[in-house]
Amino acid sequence: MSVDAVTVRRIAHLARIAVRDDEVSHLQGELNAMLAFVEQLSEVNVEGVEPMTSVTPMEMKKRQDVVNDGEIADDIVANAPATEGHFFLVPKVVE
Amino acid sequence: MSTATHKLLKGATGEWEMVIGMEIHAQVTSNSKLFSGASTAFGGDPNTHVSLVDAAMPGMLPVINEECVSQAVRTGLGLNAKINLRSVFDRKNYFYPDLPQGYQISQYKSPVVGEGEVQLELDGGRSVTIGIERLHLEQDAGKLLHDQSPTMTYVDLNRSGVALMEIVSKPDIRDAEQAKAYVTKLRSILRYLGTCDGDMEKGSLRADVNVSVRKPGGPLGTRCEIKNMNSIAFIGQAIEYEARRQIEILEDGGSIDQETRLYDPNKGETRSMRSKEEAHDYRYFPDPDLLPLEFSQSFVDELKAKLPELPDQKKARFVADLGLSAYDASVLVAERESAEFYETVLSGLANRARDGKVAANWVINELFGRLNKESREITGSPVNAAQLAAIIDLIGEGTISGKIAKDLFEIVWQEGGDPRALVESRGMKQVTDLSAIEKVVDDIIAANPDKAAQVKDKPQSLGWFVGQVMKSSGGKANPQAVNDILKSKLGI
Repeated sequence: MSVDAVTVRRIAHLARIAVRDDEVSHLQGELNAMLAFVEQLSEVNVEGVEPMTSVTPMEMKKRQDVVNDGEIADDIVANAPATEGHFFLVPKVVE
Repeated sequence: MSTATHKLLKGATGEWEMVIGMEIHAQVTSNSKLFSGASTAFGGDPNTHVSLVDAAMPGMLPVINEECVSQAVRTGLGLNAKINLRSVFDRKNYFYPDLPQGYQISQYKSPVVGEGEVQLELDGGRSVTIGIERLHLEQDAGKLLHDQSPTMTYVDLNRSGVALMEIVSKPDIRDAEQAKAYVTKLRSILRYLGTCDGDMEKGSLRADVNVSVRKPGGPLGTRCEIKNMNSIAFIGQAIEYEARRQIEILEDGGSIDQETRLYDPNKGETRSMRSKEEAHDYRYFPDPDLLPLEFSQSFVDELKAKLPELPDQKKARFVADLGLSAYDASVLVAERESAEFYETVLSGLANRARDGKVAANWVINELFGRLNKESREITGSPVNAAQLAAIIDLIGEGTISGKIAKDLFEIVWQEGGDPRALVESRGMKQVTDLSAIEKVVDDIIAANPDKAAQVKDKPQSLGWFVGQVMKSSGGKANPQAVNDILKSKLGI
């Protein structure tokens, strides 16, 4: 599996990372090197082996249905570049 | 499926069949969010029901709310669906300001609930079964306000992270009527189960509707998805419009673009929402912050044992035990509150077997009619279940006539009070004293000798006499006794 320049631009766009034209071929090379590295895994026979989702055999921790968090609007918006009345403000997006 | 169960649309080239599937997003009833301890309460000042987890601050980890899991399982059981003892949470990646994580935690390949079904009853006693493809748990997004400023969008994350159940139907729905019936039925089941409040105005229940058209029995057409419908009436209108739009394009030799559309209820039309080049690429992958969701069969069995009676079962019981018609029973069970009111009336009756059916008529005709007239909810009915039961008891035991009962109902509606005491204090008791009725009958016959002479040839004029007697007794004479006495005195 390998990626072409168009795919690199698409992945960058989906991740909202600005990539200059002169960076594309370098990134393409790096991505392809990573894919080639991971590709080695396909040499292993995993017939009948369940996909592993965790390295430790443990059960997912669950919470009780109680409200014990929130009411910290000051903290929530503290680092936002623009706020008003505890709303985050972002450049206008309308579909 | 026979064509009798659904409507076909006529085009210039013949008939077309609609194929409709729905994704319903139902907000899970819980105190706190799916993966955090922040409140799910509706409203609230901006960003007050938000924890650091919901705001996706670095280093925060999601911990699942076990009640949300129970609610999803209950819902699955209510849909007669397969419950998956092991399911997996995935990240659905996209950028939008209402989604601070940059991904929604959802379930992709392994949902918590698998295939099930919902039975729909349509007008004229027709019924259809709609398959459920799956139900999965996922996070809701925040709310964006676009009208506060010309240049900025305001973001409130109070809803961000609230648990949703996405319920996906199979493409079994065939017309707008079925689609509306499906949403209505699903909403009713959710509200009986107590797993979603079903409040469409507040956005607790929203539907994405997939519509395509084909020649009856032909291959499937390309579908369009109408997003974010929060009114059952609009769902019906949007489907009709969208199907006709597609038919027109196809009959003109065009082809349908698979796309997302929005319904504009003011213009009564759907329009394209996103252009094709922005087609989403969600890059799902298992969320590394969460282990698989696992629970035991005994956990499921326990929830199953405690499920409330659902509308279909309740309806069957009303028909079998109380002799209600299927129609009356379905009217009573459609809303959980109506069914509860009726059952409270039943439990207040002195003779349930005798008067259960009468009680159903009173709830459906008198009470619902009166509530509708004043646009009131049954939960705010001025006549409560105990009062209505007392009125029905008074009819059943022969203390008042049905006609007087309507007057009594009106008094209780307007003024409140104990119906039995009102009947005493206002002298509304039915006259069953035969000699008193006989005297009234004699007077009326004596005053109308012509009519009395004609009645043998025109038996239908007996009704006139009954009316006169009832009038002269102020509606309090027992109608059966009046009838009997009149017949014998007039010799018919």
